[in-house]
Amino acid sequence: MIEERFDAIVVGAGMAGNAAALTMAKRGMKVLQIERGEYPGSKNVQGAILYADMLEKLVPNFREDAPLERHLVEQRFWMMDERSHTGLHYRSDDFNEEKPNRYTIIRAQFDKWFSSQAQEAGAIVLCETTVKELVKDAYGKVIGVITDREGGEVHADVVVLAEGVNGLLGTKADLRERPSPDKVALAVKEMHFLPRETIEARFNLKGDEGVVIEAAGTISRGMTGMGFVYANKESVSVGIGCLVADFQKSGETPYDLLERFKKHPSIAPLIEGSEVKEYAGHLIPEGGYKAIPQLYGDGWVVVGDAAQLNNALHREGSNLAMTSGRIAGEAIFQVKSRKDPMTKENLALYKKMLDESFVIKDLKKYKDMPDLLHIQSQNFFLTYPQLINKALQNFVRVDGTPKVDKEKVTIRSFVSARSWAGLFGDAFRFARAWR
Amino acid sequence: MTVEAPIRVEDKLFQNRYLVDVGNAHIRVKPHTKPSAELLALLKVCPAHCYELNTNGQVEVTPDGCVECGTCRVIAEGNGDIEWDYPRGGYGVLFKFG
Ligand SMILES: Cc1cc2nc3c(=O)[nH]c(=O)nc-3n(C[C@H](O)[C@H](O)[C@H](O)COP(=O)(O)OP(=O)(O)OC[C@H]3O[C@@H](n4cnc5c(N)ncnc54)[C@H](O)[C@@H]3O)c2cc1C
Ligand code: SF4
Repeated sequence: MIEERFDAIVVGAGMAGNAAALTMAKRGMKVLQIERGEYPGSKNVQGAILYADMLEKLVPNFREDAPLERHLVEQRFWMMDERSHTGLHYRSDDFNEEKPNRYTIIRAQFDKWFSSQAQEAGAIVLCETTVKELVKDAYGKVIGVITDREGGEVHADVVVLAEGVNGLLGTKADLRERPSPDKVALAVKEMHFLPRETIEARFNLKGDEGVVIEAAGTISRGMTGMGFVYANKESVSVGIGCLVADFQKSGETPYDLLERFKKHPSIAPLIEGSEVKEYAGHLIPEGGYKAIPQLYGDGWVVVGDAAQLNNALHREGSNLAMTSGRIAGEAIFQVKSRKDPMTKENLALYKKMLDESFVIKDLKKYKDMPDLLHIQSQNFFLTYPQLINKALQNFVRVDGTPKVDKEKVTIRSFVSARSWAGLFGDAFRFARAWR
Repeated sequence: MTVEAPIRVEDKLFQNRYLVDVGNAHIRVKPHTKPSAELLALLKVCPAHCYELNTNGQVEVTPDGCVECGTCRVIAEGNGDIEWDYPRGGYGVLFKFG
């Protein structure tokens, strides 16, 4: 295929792969990046919120030409039952700053742009090419890849596995396990197109201001999961995702779940009359800190979703992917600058640098959360949302019942649903997992 | 209570762009007489409804509308029920938005 030898091969042109390729190419390394899609982004799915800080570290002036949709001035969290939602909204004009903190993006377009940055820095990007296998030498060191092109073997000093959540290559080469159903969520998503004035009116926005809604509750039918509605310039991204293990157990279908979410009386008016132009499905790593596999070895490192680096609670993944990709690139460059070989001992530098970053610190903070939410999913995703919404309705509705009696009804409904011990236990477990 | 018409996933998939690699299915179901619980789960959990029961009660896959999420792999590759791979480079689903 390509005769020459590369300093590094990056598998995948998603968030993590592009960050790694750009970081190394910028430092003068000879980088080959391989992507199976027709173009970078054509296989990728995200909500999608982009976190500016992590991109700024890679492309300081990205705001000049990156395809950004809206900068976020408002975040809504909705706790839903069948007909109501209880919301927490945070909106601030401070977010109308010169260099906004978060944006909505459209992944297929963003990835194309991000990849162009890596290419301008000198990385060679080969699309429409699937890497089939890793090549190892007699000692088990990874020395290259085999692609589905004719004569498709290429060699390099190190391979960066940025292959996303499915991580086929890593599994085939016994570097890590296939994700298990209780460690990944399946999300489905649709793109709803509307005139931008309609979006601005419905979401209470002006100009390029944006808003995102994260929703949990009975919409996931007792499964561990969440829905989302993100405002773009001329479209609204609507999706919902739940743990694969819960889908398997419940027999719910993802598309029915999405339809019901769209028909919820709180959601339907936001997307009414829209034209749907795409339906996508993708996995999200949800195992958190405890699911992180071995991150490096002789001749390889793994970054992004393939390494399960995803903060499901905060809906952050792309920024962990970008950061791990950048750090891997920097570590590899350091090893190379010292003229050291890409051995396991030397590449341990990647893990050391990652441990010191927010990536591992954040995941460690929530290490017990995935288990808690999964084991308690019926309580957190059915019982509590119903109780809370009922309590709020009781609080708001004026019907001549004395307030003391109203309070008693509310408290009784909580206690009979979960018992005092259950309520305190849940609060305690939640607080401990949050800590 | 109103009874709603079932959702037709086919209508959703119709909006997507695909380049189907004719004759090269990237997912295969191992021959079986009675489907396992895992295989039966795929009838519902696949977001593109690629799995169906044939008249003999066996699970079949038609991965033309596959969105390449990997859910069926996570559930049914481990026990050998299915073989799962990505389509050849360039083929399969092509997201315009993602
Ligand atoms: C519905 C949804 C909503 C999300 N919302 C958010 C959000 O709002 N904010 C956020 O920060 N994160 C979000 N995430 C998470 C985020 O999308 C991921 O964490 C991020 O995309 C991971 O980047 P990555 O580069 O590791 O993997 P990917 O972006 O998946 O990239 C992997 C790439 O590798 C390629 N590839 C794989 N195998 C091969 C092979 N063998 N040969 C060649 N190429 C290969 C793929 O085609 C792909 O381009 C969301 C995810 C989903 C599914
Ligand atoms: S990969 Fe996803 S969409 Fe494709 S057949 Fe499997 S479950 Fe269905």
